[in-house]
Amino acid sequence: MSEAQTLLSVSGLTKDFGGIRAVDSFSFDVREGSITGIIGPNGAGKTTVFNLVTGLYKPTSGTIRFLGEEIGGRRPDTIVRHGIARTFQNIRLFNRRTCLENVLTPLLQRERCGFLGAMLGLPSVRRMERALHDKAHSLLAALGLDAYASFEASTLPYGLQRKLEIARALATEPSLLLLDEPAAGMNPEETHSLANLIAEVREKFNVTILLIEHHMDLVMNICSPIVVMNFGALLATGTPEAVRENPEVVKAYLGERKEKR
Amino acid sequence: MDYILSIVILAGINMIAVLGLSIFTGFTGLFSLGHAAFVAVGAYTSAILTYYYYVDYYLALAAGAAAAGIVSLIIGVPTLRAKLRSDYFAIAVLGFGEALRVLLENLEITNGARGLPGIDNFTTLPIVFVCLAGGIFVARNFLRSRWGAACIAIREDPIAAETAGVRLFRTRLLSLVVSAVYCGLSGGLLAHFLSFIQPQMFTLVQSTQLLAAVIAGGMGSISGPLIASFVFIALPEALRVAQMWRLVAYGLLLVLIMVYRPQGLMGYSEITSFFRRKSGAEWRRPS
Repeated sequence: MSEAQTLLSVSGLTKDFGGIRAVDSFSFDVREGSITGIIGPNGAGKTTVFNLVTGLYKPTSGTIRFLGEEIGGRRPDTIVRHGIARTFQNIRLFNRRTCLENVLTPLLQRERCGFLGAMLGLPSVRRMERALHDKAHSLLAALGLDAYASFEASTLPYGLQRKLEIARALATEPSLLLLDEPAAGMNPEETHSLANLIAEVREKFNVTILLIEHHMDLVMNICSPIVVMNFGALLATGTPEAVRENPEVVKAYLGERKEKR
Repeated sequence: MDYILSIVILAGINMIAVLGLSIFTGFTGLFSLGHAAFVAVGAYTSAILTYYYYVDYYLALAAGAAAAGIVSLIIGVPTLRAKLRSDYFAIAVLGFGEALRVLLENLEITNGARGLPGIDNFTTLPIVFVCLAGGIFVARNFLRSRWGAACIAIREDPIAAETAGVRLFRTRLLSLVVSAVYCGLSGGLLAHFLSFIQPQMFTLVQSTQLLAAVIAGGMGSISGPLIASFVFIALPEALRVAQMWRLVAYGLLLVLIMVYRPQGLMGYSEITSFFRRKSGAEWRRPS
C-alpha cells in the first residue's frame, strides 16, 4: 500500500470569486487505494476544491492531474468519463425518478448505441436495456437499497438518499470517489455504519476515496492521510495522530488560548 | 359527420406538435414560446414542395419535419450553448418565432401575408392516426433511451446530471431538434389538411396554446398533454352553440386546472399507470 501510485495530484490550485480567494495555491495528493480526508473549519474552501476537481468550477490557476493527465478546467461530464465521481453536500438526486432510474441514468450514458435503433426499439437495444437494469439492480443491492428500487428518490429518508447518491456515483464506474460530507445530519450510530459502508465500498468497487467530513470520529477512524485546510490554503497533512497533535490545527479549530483573563 | 371528422383530424395534428413540445418542456425542463415557428417551417416547406414542385406527399412531409429540425439548430446552438436559463430561453425562441413569421410574410415563394391557397388536400384521418401512433411510439422509446434519461436528468438537476456523465449542451440541443421535428411533421399534415396556410396561423397565440397543453396536461407525462390538447381543440368546437362564452370557458378551464392541479392533469405519470397494479417494492424489468 505504501508503494501505491498517486491517483490525483493537485498543485498550486487557486480559485478567486471576484475579490475573494476561496482556494489559495492549495496542493495535495491522493494515493491510489487510500481513504483521504479533507477537514477544515467552515468556509475553508473544501467544497470549492471538490467543485474544481469535478469541473463545476474552472481554476483561476494551478493544475489538477488525474493519472498523470491534466483535467483542470475540463467539463464535468468529461471528468466523469476520466473516472472521478462525486456526491453533494446538499443531496442532489433526480428527485422525481425512481431509485432504479437514478442509478440507470449514468449507466446509460456510458453505453454506445445507435440513435435510430433505439428510437425503433430494436430487440438488440432491449437486450442492452435489460442488462443495464440488472446492473443497476445489483448496484442498489450493494448499498442495501434493493427494496426501494421502484420508489421515487424524493420519498426516501435522508440517510438512504445519501446512499442512493453514492450508488449513482458508483454507476459511473469511477476510480476516485469524492464524498462531500457523507455523514452530515447523521447520528453517531448512523455515522458508524456509514464508516463501515465506505470501507466496504472501497473494497468491493476498488475505488479510492476522498472525503470531506466534520464528524471527527469518522475522519479519525477511517481516513489516512488527512489534509487540513484553512482559509483556502493547506494547513497540515499527515496521519490522523499527527494531525490531531498539530498545534496549528488545534488553533484553527479551537482558537488560541488567551494567556490571561 | 364531416365536421366532427375534421375536428378529430385537427386535434390529432395538434397532438403531434404537443407531443414534441412535451419532450422539450415536460421532460427536458426548458420552456419555449416559439414552437409554432417550427410548425410553420414544416407547413411551408412541405406545402411549397407539393405546390410548386409536385413532390410526393410523404416525401414532402418528411422534408418539412427535417427542415424544422434544421431550423431549430439556428436558434438552439447559440442560445443553448450560452446556457440561457429556461425563462430567458423562452423569450429568445419567442423572438425567433416572430422574426420567422415576418420573414414568411415578406418572401415571394410563400406568397407573403396572403398565404398559399389551393394546397393539395392529402391528409386523412388514417394518416394522422398513423403519424400520431408512430410519434407516441418513438417518443416512448426516446424517453427510455440514454438520451431521454439524460433529458429527464437535466430537468431534475442539471448539475447532478453533468456529474453523472450527461452532456448538457448536446442533450438539450437534441431535445430541441426532436421536438422541432415533431412540430414540423404536424405543420406538414396541417397544410395538406386545410389546403391553405398563411403566416398569421403561426403566431405567439399558437405557441402559447401548445405550451398550455403541455403544462395543463402535466410536465413529464406523454398522455397528459395529449389529453389536454385534445380537450383544448375539441372544447371550443363543442361550445360553438354558446359563441360568446366559449373562449371564456377555455380560459376558465385552464385557470381551474392550474389552481386545483398545479402539476397538470396527469402530473408526472402516464394514464397507463392507472391500469397497472400499484405496488411499492415491486421491481419491473423492461419487457
